[in-house]
Amino acid sequence: MHIVVCVKQVPDWDIPPSSFKIDESLKQVVPPPGVVDVPSQFDMIGVEAAMLLKDEAPDTKVTIMSMGPEAVQDTIKKSLAMGGDEGLLLNDTLFEDLDWYQLALVLSTAIKKLESVDLVICGRQAVDWDMGVAGSGIAELLGWPALTIGKSIKVNDGTLVLERVLMDGFETVEAQLPAVATISNELGEPRYPKLQQIMQVKKKQVTVWSAADLGLDDSQLGADARKMTLERLYVPVTAVECEFMEGDTPEEKAQNLAKKLAEAKLI
Amino acid sequence: MASSILVVGEVGEGGLAPITKEMLGAARRLSADGSVGCALIGSGVEAHAQSAIAHGADEVFVVDDAALAEYNADTYLQAMLKVAEQASAPVILFGQTNLGRDLAPRLAFRLETGVIMDTIELAMEGGRLHGTRPCYGGNARAVHVVNADPQVATVRAKSQEPAIEDSSRQGQVTNVDAAIDQSAIRVKVTSRSGVSAEGVRLEDADVVVSGGRGLGGPENFDVIEELATVLGAAVGASRAVCDLEWRPVSDQVGLTGKVVSPTLYIAVAISGASQHMAGCSGSKNIVAINKDADANIFKASRFGIAEDYATIMKPLIEAVKQEKGA
Ligand SMILES: Cc1cc2nc3c(=O)[nH]c(=O)nc-3n(C[C@H](O)[C@H](O)[C@H](O)COP(=O)(O)OP(=O)(O)OC[C@H]3O[C@@H](n4cnc5c(N)ncnc54)[C@H](O)[C@@H]3O)c2cc1C
Ligand SMILES: Nc1ncnc2c1ncn2[C@@H]1O[C@H](COP(=O)(O)O)[C@@H](O)[C@H]1O
Repeated sequence: MHIVVCVKQVPDWDIPPSSFKIDESLKQVVPPPGVVDVPSQFDMIGVEAAMLLKDEAPDTKVTIMSMGPEAVQDTIKKSLAMGGDEGLLLNDTLFEDLDWYQLALVLSTAIKKLESVDLVICGRQAVDWDMGVAGSGIAELLGWPALTIGKSIKVNDGTLVLERVLMDGFETVEAQLPAVATISNELGEPRYPKLQQIMQVKKKQVTVWSAADLGLDDSQLGADARKMTLERLYVPVTAVECEFMEGDTPEEKAQNLAKKLAEAKLI
Repeated sequence: MASSILVVGEVGEGGLAPITKEMLGAARRLSADGSVGCALIGSGVEAHAQSAIAHGADEVFVVDDAALAEYNADTYLQAMLKVAEQASAPVILFGQTNLGRDLAPRLAFRLETGVIMDTIELAMEGGRLHGTRPCYGGNARAVHVVNADPQVATVRAKSQEPAIEDSSRQGQVTNVDAAIDQSAIRVKVTSRSGVSAEGVRLEDADVVVSGGRGLGGPENFDVIEELATVLGAAVGASRAVCDLEWRPVSDQVGLTGKVVSPTLYIAVAISGASQHMAGCSGSKNIVAINKDADANIFKASRFGIAEDYATIMKPLIEAVKQEKGA
């Protein structure tokens, strides 16, 4: 079985909300000084999902694919350290400012070019835009089924079985491979690489493909081909002043809170 | 008649789902004088067509077929493609629901267009839909426009006002033949288990009491449950708590959990990470109990107590009982 895991590198989400900044004119996030980009959280759980499948079927090949600038090699390397076999970096200036249709076009075209891919794994959503559509988009462009928001994944005799997280429950769905699965945090934490695995990463091959390698050009990837545009990006203003309860004892503070809530007709 | 906006409706146990009524309200407001369409896909859904009209639809496209009794991406996509073609609406709205978050992207990519997920504000400008949505874990808002047609978006529950129900409204009901192509069904749903909430549903509750990792263990949720019982509230939790399996996933409030907008949200031992706030910042009043006075949760709270939950909760439960009794 050949699995491709799509991983994205994103601005670090684990910073205090007070240091989250946006340049509204560039419509971009400005990371705090010294804070580097990190792998998108759900994508590393996607790598974990692939590794669980490889644990079951050791002859499985796992390709880690990321579209982005050279710096996303970091995320590819972290994924390879977890046990991925090969890396694939999709890197081109034409890839810099795409909408989700174009993103799915690039990723699905690369998957076609890889040939003999059985399963594509994505995160349920990328932890920057939180959009959650690329997995379905890749599936549509490949003509494959998409099983989304998985908390557990199995492959039995060429059938993908995914337990999906619903808003109020779970469902189990299955489809014949080839297929796309998207993975949620309920699957569990990604594994920590062993030191030996980290050492092996240098020996693993990372292929780089450009737009031309994929047979794509400006007519598909240019601004005119965008199906969506970003009009504005901003930080919402939330002006709430917290009134801390006073009191010499916890009891007094608790009573003051109950009084305030009653006065405000909230209880 | 072509619709200017097509709302993809959903039917629940109590009839037309609240999110559908909210979207119909939004569609009426956005379409000005245009015609509002509503798709009803499922089995036995025709009975709700009149309700959709009363809530603002001018034309209801009904795809009623036993094969559509349960959601399956492949069958529903086929039905949706038929309705989209008949309605030929430039804008298609889904709820950000189990159905919408799975089907809306599929439909959009199939029709080679764009989709704006989980919008909380909608506006029509120059004939294009502008959708505002939270992103970056709730830290930011983005406004997107879809340049192709149809412009597909999903709408977050409770972000839009439903139109006032008017049972005298007139509308047209159009039956669309599902004619499901069995050969195009590749996905099979083999089991589905619902978590039926006891008491008040979290997403509909007027008061929510949520607990976080600072509670130290699942056994300490007893004080959360007790306060919730006294207040007639639903119990929520942070993702940290659900990931640790102290509470079921269905209790999770936040970016990838439930979005709640109660009148009163009480957060106990929750730090207030942006991804948690993404699910509760629509609450009218937030009250926080956290031993760290600098915790982010206080920045969104109206009232706060900076104390150990263990010393506060019992007296608070007593004090609330007294106030309510008074
Ligand atoms: C992509 C993504 C999606 C996410 N989605 C969600 C989501 O949907 N919902 C969600 O909740 N989180 C989500 N998270 C996780 C989020 O970032 C936080 O990690 C999580 O909300 C933290 O939960 P917590 O506040 O319970 O735990 P902690 O961050 O550990 O905070 C515990 C708090 O308890 C306080 N405390 C400790 N002991 C006591 C005591 N004795 N008395 C009183 N207070 C005490 C501490 O001061 C602290 O503020 C997501 C993260 C990512 C990256
Ligand atoms: N630049 C990228 N490179 C590789 N995979 C990506 C990229 N962007 C998105 N993805 C994949 O698509 C998933 C959903 O992304 P999104 O639709 O943007 O929320 C992510 O979790 C990744 O698995």
